[in-house]
Amino acid sequence: MSYTPETLQLLAPDGTRVASDATEAYLPYVDALTEQQLREFYRTMSVIRRFDIEAGNLQRQGQLALWIPSLGQEAAQVGSGFAARAHDHIFPAYREHAVGHIRGLDVVQIIKMLRGLTHGGWNPAETGNFHLYTLVIGSQTLHATGYAMGLRFDGLVGTGDPERDTAVLVYFGDGATSQGDVNEAFVFAQSYQTPQVFFLQNNHWAISVPVRVQSRTPLFHRPRGFGIPSVQIDGNDVLMSYAATAASLDAARAGEGPQFIEALTYRMGAHTTSDDPTKYRDDDELHYWQERDPISRFEAYLRGLGESEAFFTEVHDEAEQFASEARARTLALEPPAAESMFAHVYSQPHPTMDAQRQALADYEASFEGGA
Amino acid sequence: MATETLTMAKALTLGLAAAMQADDKVILMGEDIGPLGGVFRVTEGLQQQFGAHRVLDTPLAESGIVGAAIGLAMRGYRPVVEIQFDGFIFPAFDQITTQLAKLTARHEGALQLPVVIRVPYGGHIGAVEHHQESPEAYFAHTAGLRLVSPATPHDAYWMIQQAIASTDPVMFFEPKSRYWPKGEVDLGAAGAELHASRVVRAGNDVTVVGHGAMVSMLLDAAEVAAEEGTSIEVVDLRSLSPIDYAPLLDSVRRTGRLVVAQEAPGSVSIGSEIAATVTEKAFYSLEAPVLRVSGYDAPFPPAKLEGAYLPDVDRILHAVDRALAY
Repeated sequence: MSYTPETLQLLAPDGTRVASDATEAYLPYVDALTEQQLREFYRTMSVIRRFDIEAGNLQRQGQLALWIPSLGQEAAQVGSGFAARAHDHIFPAYREHAVGHIRGLDVVQIIKMLRGLTHGGWNPAETGNFHLYTLVIGSQTLHATGYAMGLRFDGLVGTGDPERDTAVLVYFGDGATSQGDVNEAFVFAQSYQTPQVFFLQNNHWAISVPVRVQSRTPLFHRPRGFGIPSVQIDGNDVLMSYAATAASLDAARAGEGPQFIEALTYRMGAHTTSDDPTKYRDDDELHYWQERDPISRFEAYLRGLGESEAFFTEVHDEAEQFASEARARTLALEPPAAESMFAHVYSQPHPTMDAQRQALADYEASFEGGA
Repeated sequence: MATETLTMAKALTLGLAAAMQADDKVILMGEDIGPLGGVFRVTEGLQQQFGAHRVLDTPLAESGIVGAAIGLAMRGYRPVVEIQFDGFIFPAFDQITTQLAKLTARHEGALQLPVVIRVPYGGHIGAVEHHQESPEAYFAHTAGLRLVSPATPHDAYWMIQQAIASTDPVMFFEPKSRYWPKGEVDLGAAGAELHASRVVRAGNDVTVVGHGAMVSMLLDAAEVAAEEGTSIEVVDLRSLSPIDYAPLLDSVRRTGRLVVAQEAPGSVSIGSEIAATVTEKAFYSLEAPVLRVSGYDAPFPPAKLEGAYLPDVDRILHAVDRALAY
């Protein structure tokens, strides 16, 4: 498929560690991981996969207008998500449920968007600097770059103080690489030497359009033309995703400018619950990637390290519990008051909003006591 | 404080400098705004005065400029973006309408986006394609933005500072043809809120309303009409979103007649909106339908034809005569 000789990998699909000269520099990041951290990687991937399936079921049962599955992309998200420090800022696209969960976002907030109750609704200052989802493809890359420009203007780059130096991690997909905004983000990031990591999840499909239509060159070659260093990693290898992101964030915080990671992964499900992948891709490709599944690979690795059966049972039960609670809370969600559509359009009182809020209230009141 | 005689361009320079002095989070972003001072020299000297870290010559990418400004505002900055010409704003249309305008609502109040987008706009300067347009209606149609346009150096000096102080995104439309005429600027007092419209010439027979460069045209028309015995009341709109209707409705209730003038095409425009609203709110005071004088619904023509395309004193007076004939 789209692995290249340059694809960095630490964990083979069968769960055994692999070594190469190219990955040697990343080993200290992996060697420093505790057993507890490795268990957290597995736990988070498993819990989010189970939640993701539950949310898809809720959509099929009419409880959500839409769901955006993350099935298959857990390692890319969990490895990179855990690599960021607490004070770093994260700008997601709209499929990074695992990253949000890691940063402390209540995943029911994502459910609320897709149940039609809000267009955003969380405050990044309260969700581990995990910013809102952005549905216009690639727009968030520029916001991330502007934010990172501000970090640099504020002197929060290259001081050598780990409590002070801050970076931005921005997610986008293979389809987004064709957008002007993403390319303009590369230009601005390079021009202002922003402390920023561009994290491309190449899941091979932009709805129904394969990545080969977006690009005839490997996507990680593109940023090099902008002067941005880049690597391509096996995005279904959670250790590689973690190590590459941690190293790139370190470089960005140290003042080495923007960095780029292409994580090769695969969207095993639909783009959203509104499309049918059987119409545009064949089973062989899916099977190829199922053999490279991020969770079974990591499970094999942990078992090889001697992890107990009790741990896997515990995680399984926790995932069931997590999904069950998300379902119960979803069913209890009520729509907001109609007048809320006028709230917060502006940050200060606004005569048009005030007049139309009143007009709506008067109209509704005109039915009171009527037939 | 003193009153000075300044061009609008210079008044804007001083207004920007005052805002930057007052708040070190105010930064300017745009193409050629550094050593050159912008193609209209509005930012002349500001990079020297405040440094390259506060007056950013950006890469030539309008969507990139506005998108990065959004991120900077999230970080606590107050970016003031210069779009070089009206017709070059459209690469940034997506970031302005789908992102900048909506992010405060999407954050349900947890985020403010104090971004100002300065747009030199309008005709009467004999320039090439995409350099003479009036795109304000596209943005007035979008909730979450505020739109203003000064007509005088005094208003330019104060309104740019008020726009920068706003906690919401403000589109600041600068009438290019009024950059160079001089006017009195009271450096001591603004005299009006950012979104207030106001009567700038009192009259009894017909009300005329406009914004930006059209205001001086309306005042010229009122002068000519006065010589012919017609008394025109002129309202300077100043704010296009929201529109402050109270002074306008008060005027129309006295005169019974309204002509709306603008450089932009008339269909689905600021003028259309005013005509509809005034008709709804002052129907029983009207002696004539609200009439529009505007650019035609054709693309802005080559410069040698702009005199025929843009409203002038004669076309305004022609509309006034038609209103009086009812």
